[in-house]
Amino acid sequence: MTTVALKPATMAQALTRALRDAMAADPTVHVMGEDVGTLGGVFRVTDGLAKEFGEDRCTDTPLAEAGILGTAVGMAMYGLRPVVEMQFDAFAYPAFEQLISHVSRMRNRTRGAMPLPLTIRVPYGGGIGGVEHHSDSSEAYYMATPGLHVVTPATVADAYGLLRAAIASDDPVVFLEPKRLYWSKDSWNPEHPTDVEPIGRAVVRRPGRSATLVTYGPSVPVCLEAAEAARAEGWDLEVVDLRSLVPFDDETVCASVRRTGRAVVVHESGGFGGPGGEIAARVTERCFHHLEAPVLRVAGFDIPYPPPMLERHHLPGVDRILDAVGRLQWEAES
Amino acid sequence: MTVMEQRGGYRPSPPPAWQPRTDPAPLLPDAEPYRVLGTEAAAKADPALLRRLYAELVRGRRYNVQATALTKQGRLAVYPSSTGQEACQVAAALALEDRDWLFPSYRDTLAAVARGLDPVQALTLLRGDWHTGYDPHEHRVAPLCTPLATQLPHAVGLAHAARLKGDDVVALAMVGDGGSSEGDFHEALNFAAVWQAPVVFLVQNNGFAISVPLAKQTAAPSLAHKAVGYGMPGRLVDGNDAAAVHEVVTDAVRRAREGGGPTLIEAITYRIDAHTNADDATRYRGDTEVEAWRAHDPIALLEHELTERGLLDDDAIRAARDTAETMAADLRERMNQDPVLDPMDLFAHVYAEPTGQLREQQAQLQAELHAEQEGGH
Repeated sequence: MTTVALKPATMAQALTRALRDAMAADPTVHVMGEDVGTLGGVFRVTDGLAKEFGEDRCTDTPLAEAGILGTAVGMAMYGLRPVVEMQFDAFAYPAFEQLISHVSRMRNRTRGAMPLPLTIRVPYGGGIGGVEHHSDSSEAYYMATPGLHVVTPATVADAYGLLRAAIASDDPVVFLEPKRLYWSKDSWNPEHPTDVEPIGRAVVRRPGRSATLVTYGPSVPVCLEAAEAARAEGWDLEVVDLRSLVPFDDETVCASVRRTGRAVVVHESGGFGGPGGEIAARVTERCFHHLEAPVLRVAGFDIPYPPPMLERHHLPGVDRILDAVGRLQWEAES
Repeated sequence: MTVMEQRGGYRPSPPPAWQPRTDPAPLLPDAEPYRVLGTEAAAKADPALLRRLYAELVRGRRYNVQATALTKQGRLAVYPSSTGQEACQVAAALALEDRDWLFPSYRDTLAAVARGLDPVQALTLLRGDWHTGYDPHEHRVAPLCTPLATQLPHAVGLAHAARLKGDDVVALAMVGDGGSSEGDFHEALNFAAVWQAPVVFLVQNNGFAISVPLAKQTAAPSLAHKAVGYGMPGRLVDGNDAAAVHEVVTDAVRRAREGGGPTLIEAITYRIDAHTNADDATRYRGDTEVEAWRAHDPIALLEHELTERGLLDDDAIRAARDTAETMAADLRERMNQDPVLDPMDLFAHVYAEPTGQLREQQAQLQAELHAEQEGGH
């Protein structure tokens, strides 16, 4: 039996490795976007791919997001498997018409004759001191569009496993990369990458008995930190990392809430019309008789994303999460 | 070093890297739309091709008339007619090889039919029983596209992918004068030129975007001139001259196939009918204008040329009309049958595998349908 050597790797490195392995395994996989070739992407996620696979496989496109996604649709129609990089969350908006009117519904409109196996990578979320238009949490828009899968990793291993699964999927996948976790490190063996993770499965990151924190992407480490801090208050919090917003894993989430009887949904995206409302509703509809308190939400404020010097007031942090946990009607238990 | 630090040693110089990238002159469209019929060029045209174009035009006009009638009878939800534009529709389809791809807009059902698509399948979207009534791979016809110009980048991507795979395939994308104002028009042409993709853009300038005339759409010298800005040739053609459209599109397709890159073609034509049956064209244009264009009818132009030159006799004209009537009768008969609909199809192709929530909703609809049946419907 050999011991697998685990090394610290960043999420960005795991994503690069996933792209490289997918391109090596399947000649129809094409990476395209702004600055993805010579530069290797502004976050260096496509570093080295143009050199290894040539510029026809990792292509610097003109600076036009609708054109990037629109041409990727045509490439997918001809049997390629494009992986598109949108440079930043808010720069993906010009591509929304292609995304909503074509990407999400080509399979449906053609009765399955023309599926579009394409992956749209979107660095998203705040916390990196970005100036205006560089920190949006745009997942609610994608979730509201039938026909798309919406996936977001929170760990280095998941970044690899979920991106491989996204590229292998015959459905279009919006792959949301939490920007502030790009440089997060984890013990991971890049020589023997972990298995491809199935899309649509949430995972319990930290087991607990008192209440469930339902979260995803950049808020997962924050929730884990909050769970540690909560021990001092006598709360043993469970943390569920959704990993996939569409399809939504009701089973894992509800199993956890039925065990704990309390739930707080945590995300950076605004609360009004945000993912938390949908999640709270689903939990309430399915677990009403197990709930000791209303499902609460800890979300970003319902404001345009703030300037970098003020963003710490906007982002859900440990204190705001613990405050919400404190409001879960504990007195009723005694 | 700044100018100050150089203490007078600074000499202004031109921008270091600039030079003209391409000579724009060869890309410019001709001053007049290219014409064949009624010109010396007609003598060089292949008589067999002209006769085929004629038969297809007659069939195409009949198709437009029949589809419009079916709309009045309530058999189609809506029909955006290409009456008056049949030369563009037919010639574009015939200029392509079997392996090539057509990217039509919603007004281009006739082009799809001319390419071999079953007329009933081509009208599925407009009847409303599904969005696309055909497998796009069967005749290499992309789904009829409603959001304007959004199919153009698809054509570019498909042509680019084909070239990357080493396939000898050209994509022809059709768009209107209104569509040329859309951002996707710009992005598609730019990508096509940068990638030198084997794609041909055919703009049918039919004078109107619903009610808005071209003068309110663009200040460009012509739509074909826009090509120059992208570094591709622009061509102007009389869109009602089927022989001319066929020649110009064929040339552009050949050029694309040989690695010469994309071409933008502007075909000058006219939308004889209103935008759709739901539109009232008298609110924005006069009869005089419409009558002037009726006098430049694509079928009349070609019929005149062929009969003048003794290439078409009464029998041939009758044969073309009979073929068209047979098509129309078949279309009428099949469109008068109610389509068989299965509501459960709604969930069939949203994803490769339905998600849990779709399975729940599917069960809900199934239960509702059962209840309806139980209720004696």
